[in-house]
Amino acid sequence: MPEQNAILALADGTVYRGAAFGHIGESGGEVVFNTAMTGYQEVLTDPSYRGQMVTMTYPEIGNTGINMDDVESSRPWVEGFIVREAWRLPSNWRHVETLDGYLRRYHICGISGVDTRALTRRLRDGGSQMGVLSSLDLDEKRLVKKALDLPPIVGRDLVREVTSNREARWETGDWDLGKGYLPASSYRSRFGRLPRVVAIDYGIKLNILRMLVSHGMEVTQVPSETTAAAILARQPDGVFLSNGPGDPEGVPYAVHTVRELLGKVPIFGICLGHQIMGLALGGKTFKLSFGHHGCNQPVMDLSTGKVEITSQNHNFSVDAASLGDRARITHLNLNDRTVEGISVPSLRCFSVQYHPEASPGPHDSRYLFSRFYRYLLGEGER
Amino acid sequence: MPKRTDLRKILLIGSGPIIIGQACEFDYSGTQACKALKEEGFTVVLVNSNPATIMTDTDFADRTYIEPITPGMVAKIIARERPDALLPTIGGQTGLNIAVSLHEMGVLETYGVELIGANFDAIQKAEDRDRFRKAMETIHLVVPRSGYIRSLEEALEVIPQIGYPAIIRPSFTLGGTGAGVAYNREEYEDAVRWALDASPKRTVLIEQSVIGWKEFELEVMRDLKDNVVIVCSIENLDPMGIHTGDSITVAPAQTLTDKEYQLMRNAAIRIIREIGVDTGGSNIQFAIHPETGEMVVIEMNPRVSRSSALASKATGFPIAKIAAKLAVGYTLDEIPNDITRETPASFEPTIDYVVTKIPRFTFEKFPQTEDVLGTQMKSVGEVMAIGRTFKESLQKALRSLETGVYGFEPVLPPDSGEPDIRRKAIAERLRRPNSQRLLHIGEAIREAFRIEEISQMTGIDIWFLENIRQIIAEEETLRAWGGRFRALEEAAGIPREEAETVLRAKSMGFSDRRLGRLFGMSEDSVRRLRLRAGIRPGFKRVDTCGAEFEAYTPYFYSSYDEENEAAPSARKKVVILGGGPNRIGQGIEFDYCCVHGVFALREEGFEAIMVNCNPETVSTDYDTSDRLYFEPLTKEDVLAIIEEEKPEGVIVQFGGQTPLKLAVALQQEGVPIIGTPPDSIDRAEDRERFKGLLDLLGLRQPPNGIARSAEDAEIIAGRIGYPVLLRPSYVLGGRAMEIVHDEEGLRQYLTHAVQASEEKPVLIDKFLEDAIEIDVDAIADGETVVIGGVMEHIEEAGVHSGDSACSLPPHSISPEITQEIIRQTRALAMELGVVGLMNVQFAVKKGEIFLLEVNPRASRTIPFVSKAIGIPLAKMAAKVMVGRKLGDLGLTEYVVPDHVSVKEAVFPFIKFPHVDTILGPEMKSTGEVMGIDYKFGRAFAKSQIAAGMMLPTGGNVFLSVRDADKAGMLGPARMLYECGFRVAATSGTAEFLTRNGIPAEPILKINEGRPHVADLIKNGEIALVINTPLGAQSKADSYYIRRTALVYNIPYVTTLAAAKAVAHAIFHLTEEDLDVRSLQEYHGIRERQASDRARGGGTGR
Repeated sequence: MPEQNAILALADGTVYRGAAFGHIGESGGEVVFNTAMTGYQEVLTDPSYRGQMVTMTYPEIGNTGINMDDVESSRPWVEGFIVREAWRLPSNWRHVETLDGYLRRYHICGISGVDTRALTRRLRDGGSQMGVLSSLDLDEKRLVKKALDLPPIVGRDLVREVTSNREARWETGDWDLGKGYLPASSYRSRFGRLPRVVAIDYGIKLNILRMLVSHGMEVTQVPSETTAAAILARQPDGVFLSNGPGDPEGVPYAVHTVRELLGKVPIFGICLGHQIMGLALGGKTFKLSFGHHGCNQPVMDLSTGKVEITSQNHNFSVDAASLGDRARITHLNLNDRTVEGISVPSLRCFSVQYHPEASPGPHDSRYLFSRFYRYLLGEGER
Repeated sequence: MPKRTDLRKILLIGSGPIIIGQACEFDYSGTQACKALKEEGFTVVLVNSNPATIMTDTDFADRTYIEPITPGMVAKIIARERPDALLPTIGGQTGLNIAVSLHEMGVLETYGVELIGANFDAIQKAEDRDRFRKAMETIHLVVPRSGYIRSLEEALEVIPQIGYPAIIRPSFTLGGTGAGVAYNREEYEDAVRWALDASPKRTVLIEQSVIGWKEFELEVMRDLKDNVVIVCSIENLDPMGIHTGDSITVAPAQTLTDKEYQLMRNAAIRIIREIGVDTGGSNIQFAIHPETGEMVVIEMNPRVSRSSALASKATGFPIAKIAAKLAVGYTLDEIPNDITRETPASFEPTIDYVVTKIPRFTFEKFPQTEDVLGTQMKSVGEVMAIGRTFKESLQKALRSLETGVYGFEPVLPPDSGEPDIRRKAIAERLRRPNSQRLLHIGEAIREAFRIEEISQMTGIDIWFLENIRQIIAEEETLRAWGGRFRALEEAAGIPREEAETVLRAKSMGFSDRRLGRLFGMSEDSVRRLRLRAGIRPGFKRVDTCGAEFEAYTPYFYSSYDEENEAAPSARKKVVILGGGPNRIGQGIEFDYCCVHGVFALREEGFEAIMVNCNPETVSTDYDTSDRLYFEPLTKEDVLAIIEEEKPEGVIVQFGGQTPLKLAVALQQEGVPIIGTPPDSIDRAEDRERFKGLLDLLGLRQPPNGIARSAEDAEIIAGRIGYPVLLRPSYVLGGRAMEIVHDEEGLRQYLTHAVQASEEKPVLIDKFLEDAIEIDVDAIADGETVVIGGVMEHIEEAGVHSGDSACSLPPHSISPEITQEIIRQTRALAMELGVVGLMNVQFAVKKGEIFLLEVNPRASRTIPFVSKAIGIPLAKMAAKVMVGRKLGDLGLTEYVVPDHVSVKEAVFPFIKFPHVDTILGPEMKSTGEVMGIDYKFGRAFAKSQIAAGMMLPTGGNVFLSVRDADKAGMLGPARMLYECGFRVAATSGTAEFLTRNGIPAEPILKINEGRPHVADLIKNGEIALVINTPLGAQSKADSYYIRRTALVYNIPYVTTLAAAKAVAHAIFHLTEEDLDVRSLQEYHGIRERQASDRARGGGTGR
């Protein structure tokens, strides 16, 4: 099969030529880089990447193909996938499909043969920017123009595009080798009363649901626009605020809902959920130059002084100063000293910017689900 | 947690001589640890018997003991130095074992020495198989099932739980005999019988076989706050069943999904916690079933290792340096990442390239051993290459090996028969792992094997095989384009399609040389064509973070991606070319010289740029040079760097033969080679020109000639008279060098070993029997020549200088002879215009001096001499090369030290079954040790103990010597007898000894019935074996005696000269106890001065 050419054009005029893989077509989005060496399937299916095209800094991608289990939602969400080498013959005992076939099935454009390190350095030095990836139109100037015309991420509501539109109970827990995902029923015996959690889905990663279940919670996910009243009507023991794509300021309704919930039930937020919590507490958020996307970010738990290696995927951050004394900073990023976690003991709420559910990434931070569980039982930190 | 303030003085134990399985990676880690601890203000006491290490330079520790690394000697050092703590985890298995012994002896308790890094219990838990298995069970991890047995009956009892295939491993064999595999009961019983016999303590480990499973390693670090990070994951291309050291390995892991990788990561974290390694790095190995993903834990090394050195180079995360800092109380978040400066070390490096390591083997040195790989490590070195893809990194690694391979070269002769015969031959080489398997995979693909078939035969994952298939497929395309490229040889412009084809090939890692072979062109033509097409490599940085943060450390690799990050500086700069992979004949000594070159250039204000591809070395520590290029040492790769950097000079005389071979080619390309001109090197190496040189100076060499055919050879040998020494021209380490005593031997050599031809002539020298060999190292600046050291070999001429023990100063030749040797050396250096180092070898026979060889470059003995005389010769040489004069450097005359230094070689015989232990003109040793004292006997005794020979002070000495040696043997035999030894000998020798007043008990030879001498050795009734080769007669018999002594770790001596020295040493041992003294004391360096000098710069900090 002859290779089809493809071009990635950035709004700043930089153009990368490569070979097309996945869908033959054209797409645009904010271009970000991810430094994880494993877990491209989880990255592809993370709804937080809605509106973004992702380049992996690790050059060999697709080695293990695509399998049935390693999904974080029902489908891949990235707008485009940019790699150095796209692997067409996967090797792993669990694989069922190739990366190429998978992307084609979901009409996602890919480009390989790109100097992804050069691209990453450009994004690092110049900040993330809009880009267009095309295997149809190979006119460089036109593509740059198209990239310039794309609407920016800031202020947009991308959550609406990825949230599920109905409520559902979540029924599986953690994954184990040879066993797959354990059914929720397998956890029942370990815990007495199951606390009920309503998880607001801003584009939730499935592993969060699995972690909540495996830590002994009964979990119902609800759409992002569900009102506080509707949530409280379910008489939950706690509310969980999920991750999701884009700018927290693009979802004022969510901030409003959380503000109404604060103090009424214990709340735990992750990523976008953390940013929404920050805004609801009266803080501010700002856009990072190129965000944090990877599996090796050191975060210090300020209560213990211990360092966790964390999985991260975000472009916005809560401004520590803006919170004043309305919340306690609990976790700090050791690379750039940005806020990674906050808590308000009096309101029984806490949140983290990073991903304790990992997937992909290290499992160092799973203790946060236990912490939430204790909050639900009324044993939270005061 | 900040640094501990209750510790002031810390003892480090090095790993001793370079042996298979323990090479210069421990100099790298030890040097890092020394630097880190000194930087923190601790007083560092170091013991290491290996003089060729950077760590034993007096700048790196406050007290440097070049003494045997035995529990007894280290105990003496502790008693003398009273350190507060001992860091046992940076000196390989040796360091760990000594720490355990010192604990068990109660020495640590007596002197209140704390084990830091890993405590006694953690070491035991990791090292003791039973305790390790129990620990793994506690944390719900699986290890292969296993059990120890002491009889066949016990073996049959345990096998049902273990199952077939089973591994049968004799215990306590010093890692010598390897292991057997049994697939059924019959094989099992045979293997158990064999293993019980092979084990000196009749103990055998039976283990579940995980042969063929995928093998992974994780490098883990932990600090006192229990923070744990994984520095690097490594996937072995070769599956379980081949020692990791002998496996091709790749970083990061390629065929694990995140879920599977995290299970392994979690397991690793649980393991380091359960074992209780407090701080520092550990290496943990896992096996994964390729079809089910089932994971078992293979082992854990609670210390830095060969893999951690590789991981440090592969990621830019300096494991040993950080481990040292963690051991003294820091936590990971308190230590900055050198490379990014702004981020802490408490993170997990992410890399945006692929790293491939390929081991380097020297089976050609041991023809009696089969080239088969298994669980016993056999490789003597390794190369690492970095590429943006696996294909690029694999092909770069292949050409880094310096085995004449520049890519996937064909290995089957083109006329090797019908396809099915070829296929059969290939299949055989695929099924039995061997050093050439990778190239045979290429051949298999050419012969249309499917990669699934290859995977089934080799156990290699199809991901790797598919990559190789793509390379071979690309080769076929390129070959088909050959005509189009040949047509462009003289063309000014290169059409776009051709240019794109070359670029694609280059980015897959093809060398110009390999492309030349595929196109039917010369390497140079391909190079010119490529440059006309504007295709050159760019350089990317190794930065630990996938470009997320700016890197401040200039550590580079080349690739053919778009962007070039090299950004050369405008400073005056010099490039030093390294020595490539360690091998027998070219080892750590040359890296030592390169590192000194770097230090010297930095001191002189030059930017020092290092090029090397050996991940074990100090030279490839990004901390050593100003800029590091981790690249193959081929003409193409070196030229690319020189074109990028445009240095004032390039130094080729430090890295051994590797850069020297490039000198002429580089000079032709206009590269400024500094130091001794390449023409002088040629004058010394080219036999005809060398002869002219000697005639000019009126110096003598043994009668010799050059044979370009077998007939030639017979005529020459007849003319000069037997015995003669034969060797191919241009060799290092005495490769294929042999002494023959008659015409028959000559014919044998020319048919089996080396064919003489016009292009590859054979050199024939008169062999001087019973001559004393002298080595001289000198330094010259073009005007002045200063002798560094004159060394007298212990073994007679004919034993390769690298294999012979030697003494500085000489212990038996007259001062007049020494003076004459010095005069000749000076004359040679002046005539050759040496600027830098020079080594000359002489033979002295009956008061006559013969010149054997001149090498106008750094020699293997430079580190030894430098340590013996207390002057860093390599460093001085580099300064001279950039224009300094010896007088300005304070180096004006040969200063003979008042102490005696003895160098002894260390051999890998135990790792190679069926190999005889006698020494000859072909070098076989892997490493060296040094013994220092004020008397020759004591210095020699120390060198023997350091080399692992446990010299006895009583018991039975067994003698079996050839007739020619009998008279000479009387002296040592009498000496031993008078020291209280009982003398036993074969009948002839016994009779001779008794007749001469040394009562000797006759013992049966192997073929004379039982119990024979080997039985006595096995039963521990012999304390020392003296056996000089009997020539052709009953060689098998004496071979068996030597081999048995080797396997049972009984000290043995195979030359008369060594027997004399050993008797002398034993005499001193029985007379007085050995004491210890630091190098600083020998050289009169006070502690303060030593640390001031280190701080003064030049140590790369």
